Amino acid sequence: MASGNKENQVLSKIVINGKHGENSPYFDGWKAYDSNPFHPTKNPQGVIQMGLAENQLCFDLIQEWIMNNPKASICTAEGVSQFKYIANFQDYHGLPEFRNAVANFMSKVRGGRVTFDPDRILMSGGATGANELIMFCLADPGDAFLVPSPYYPAFVRDLCWRTRAQIIPVECHSSNNFKVTREALEEAYNKAKEGNINVKGLIITNPSNPLGTTMDRETLKSIVRFINEKNIHLVCDEIYAATVFRAPCFVSVSEVMQDMENCKKDLIHIIYSLSKDLGLPGFRVGIVYSFNDEVVNMGRKMSSFGLVSSQTQHFVAALLSDDKFVNKFLAESARRLGARHNHFTKGLEKVNITCLPSNAGLFFWMNLRGLLKEKTFEGEMKLWRLIINEVKLNVSPGSAFNCSEPGWYRVCFANMDDETVDVALKRIRAFVGKETGKPPLELKRWKSNLRLSFSSRRFDENVMSPHMMSPHSPMPHSPLVRAT
Amino acid sequence: MELVKSQQLLSKIATNDKHGENSPYFDGWKAYERNPFHPTKNPQGVIQMGLAENQLCFDLIEEWIRNNPKSSICTPEGVHQFRNIANFQDYHGLQEFRNAMANFMSKVRGGRVRFDPDRILMSGGATGANELIMFCLADPGDAFMIPTPFYPGFVRDLCWRTGVQLIPVHCDSSNNFKITREALEVAYKKAKEDNINVKGLIITNPSNPLGTTLEKDTLKSLVSFINEKSIHLVCDEIYAATMFSSPTFVSVSELIQEMEDCNRDLIHVIYSLSKDMGFPGFRIGIVYSFNDQVVNCGRKMSSFGLVSSQTQHMLASMLSDEKFVTKFLSQNQTRLKKRHEKFSKGLEEVNITQLPSNAGLFCWMNLKSLLEETTFEAELKLWHVIIHEVKLNVSPGSSFNCSEPGWFRVCFANMDDEAVDVALSRIRAFVGKETKKPVALKRWQENLRLSFSSRRLDETVISPHSSIPKSPLVPAT
Repeated sequence: MASGNKENQVLSKIVINGKHGENSPYFDGWKAYDSNPFHPTKNPQGVIQMGLAENQLCFDLIQEWIMNNPKASICTAEGVSQFKYIANFQDYHGLPEFRNAVANFMSKVRGGRVTFDPDRILMSGGATGANELIMFCLADPGDAFLVPSPYYPAFVRDLCWRTRAQIIPVECHSSNNFKVTREALEEAYNKAKEGNINVKGLIITNPSNPLGTTMDRETLKSIVRFINEKNIHLVCDEIYAATVFRAPCFVSVSEVMQDMENCKKDLIHIIYSLSKDLGLPGFRVGIVYSFNDEVVNMGRKMSSFGLVSSQTQHFVAALLSDDKFVNKFLAESARRLGARHNHFTKGLEKVNITCLPSNAGLFFWMNLRGLLKEKTFEGEMKLWRLIINEVKLNVSPGSAFNCSEPGWYRVCFANMDDETVDVALKRIRAFVGKETGKPPLELKRWKSNLRLSFSSRRFDENVMSPHMMSPHSPMPHSPLVRAT
Repeated sequence: MELVKSQQLLSKIATNDKHGENSPYFDGWKAYERNPFHPTKNPQGVIQMGLAENQLCFDLIEEWIRNNPKSSICTPEGVHQFRNIANFQDYHGLQEFRNAMANFMSKVRGGRVRFDPDRILMSGGATGANELIMFCLADPGDAFMIPTPFYPGFVRDLCWRTGVQLIPVHCDSSNNFKITREALEVAYKKAKEDNINVKGLIITNPSNPLGTTLEKDTLKSLVSFINEKSIHLVCDEIYAATMFSSPTFVSVSELIQEMEDCNRDLIHVIYSLSKDMGFPGFRIGIVYSFNDQVVNCGRKMSSFGLVSSQTQHMLASMLSDEKFVTKFLSQNQTRLKKRHEKFSKGLEEVNITQLPSNAGLFCWMNLKSLLEETTFEAELKLWHVIIHEVKLNVSPGSSFNCSEPGWFRVCFANMDDEAVDVALSRIRAFVGKETKKPVALKRWQENLRLSFSSRRLDETVISPHSSIPKSPLVPAT
């Protein structure tokens, strides 16, 4: 049998390089959850999962719809006559009714202010597959994409791992609520150029993960102007589009383009998915929507590597072409998200914990700078371990998102029921009360059974976010198990 | 935007043609799309015989579905599971799905081997599975050896985004296209001389397009070969359950049980439910590796093409129904055998021979005697005649990179009995006519492009079963 070294030569560099992002120190937090998961009755002292950006608030609406629409399934008595046709359908264009329904839904999510062409809709293996696909279309190995920080940790896997592209962070700061400034873009772009790096584009997530904010129209416009001037691509991951629960309204790049005469459409691409807006991450419905004909053409051929199951296409087509249901769902989902967000943020205010003001997303961006013993990332990690082990909440430290300043934490709120929310709030209140009541020395106390390894915050290490671990995973050793 | 500027704007991958669709064979597909056969509405239309689909057993599946409403998350009996399933995106896959797949794969191999559910990785159909295993085993520029004739889609699956190259290992009819040690050595040596880093060998067993299963001894010699060279062996066993007569299919997984010296870290199996069950739309691709590192890393990679949890749930239920699986596999085999026999007899009646085969959804038909000259040009000319005069869409051997002209793959499991009869009567009429009038072969319809470029490996990749005329490789097969 081959020795370890010989084996490394036997497998590809991609396997060896670790860019899948799971070899990170943050893993310990996930172990804590997996080994002691909260349950209201069976384990009320367990760790509450607040690191998962899932939307579990509206399943009742979908289940009700399913009961009333048996034809949406190829497995009901009413729908089984379609089974053969659907099971056999592997055309990479996708079912026309699926594309029509998705185009219609995407339009409704944007208040009907823009319409989408079903022929530009490409499928892929979830947003994970969609992000990778667009990079394969736009960037060669070694090429770079700019990404404003803080950003979704798994972008490193999605955009760089098998594509061999690289990402370059564009730093944003709390001083202006993490707005993406022209200066920051120019700085990152120029630095890349000086380093002889070929910048092919910019990728933004709007609404933002982890900030939970929508980009204002002026900022979006300035970004579009920037990429036009540099003649580089703009990829907008709009996966949280329908999670907007309060003003300001979500402005999609597709809308902004309509207003900007000089915008080169060939540079604009949208990534979408049903994982967040509808809460269907298991169905792997990833969408690439490009305004560039060649990208659509080539991307469609590439979608063969991750087509949506025809069974799921058929179901989604029926669900999303029911206008009445879609209207009701979008309204109710926004309402429930808003109520949940409000409940949480008000609860935190009571103990003087502030969050970045946000109007979207399944999480809020919590400011715990006041609780840091030292205003360093080490301090952030220490506090994080405390929160995991003593407060027993699994939240995600800002450094996992490549945030440029320590002390921020992403807290998910849409993946639990109301009772659990109350337990979480109570724990936070108790912890903060204790921490602000006691001398700072107490913060040093943590359970030493956790690995304290913390390597320097180099760019390519901050890819593991505890929120990527699956709470439903039976296997504790799999951090990036879930795409989120 | 000008083409040149536009090309610089996109990646090299997006602007090369390794997706395989810019091939001269496209014309045949257009003919089908423009004029598709229908028994009543268009009885003179082109019959689609280029699609390797298995449509023979849907009645059994539909019956099972009706009797098992809990397998769906959309029935009253199953909807209480909707939430859990819709939310489940764990890249390990549902435990019950993996258990059921492992169980099914074992049954397909007559229970002679057991599969470990923890080694089962999901991917976007066999298309995604083939690509995933390449990403795990090979770097850009590395090569995999592949016996000819082979599935045209392999160029896209194995090479397009991975940057890997394929090195054909030539097989010919003199020994029924057996893969010989000599052919392997020749190909390997030449690659080495050209400074190409060979990382492995990929085989399809049962074979597409030959429809044959590898003899145990041949498989053994392949395993010995790759062990000696310390290169990987990827076995695409996607047609495993389409074996309909002896010799029994021998999977590499069975063989390595007997070969103690085999380095299991080099062995990987690709599987799917697209052919055996006729579910290409469900995108169930499986990578099964005996190499722990590949399983571990491949599992992370499967995030790019997980099977829809809705589909995992349904299949978990279906494939863990032992009674159903036993009945299905047996019926599938019986019906494939019957269809193959019917077709073969029909061809025999007009002295058309085919490679003796015992598996697959197609036969490998020998039309050498009908060629004007033993060249690929002549093969293409004959092919155009078959499309336009006989009105059958079959696949010429050159599209599978066959080293000798005159072979055509003809699919028989994607139509009903009546269509088979029509196809056979057309073949009989054509052959009867052609053997009486040799000159007639030169006649073809001028509206087809006669372009035929040199038979380079990367051209022969078109796949014929698209429903949309301008998209040759549209379905994965």
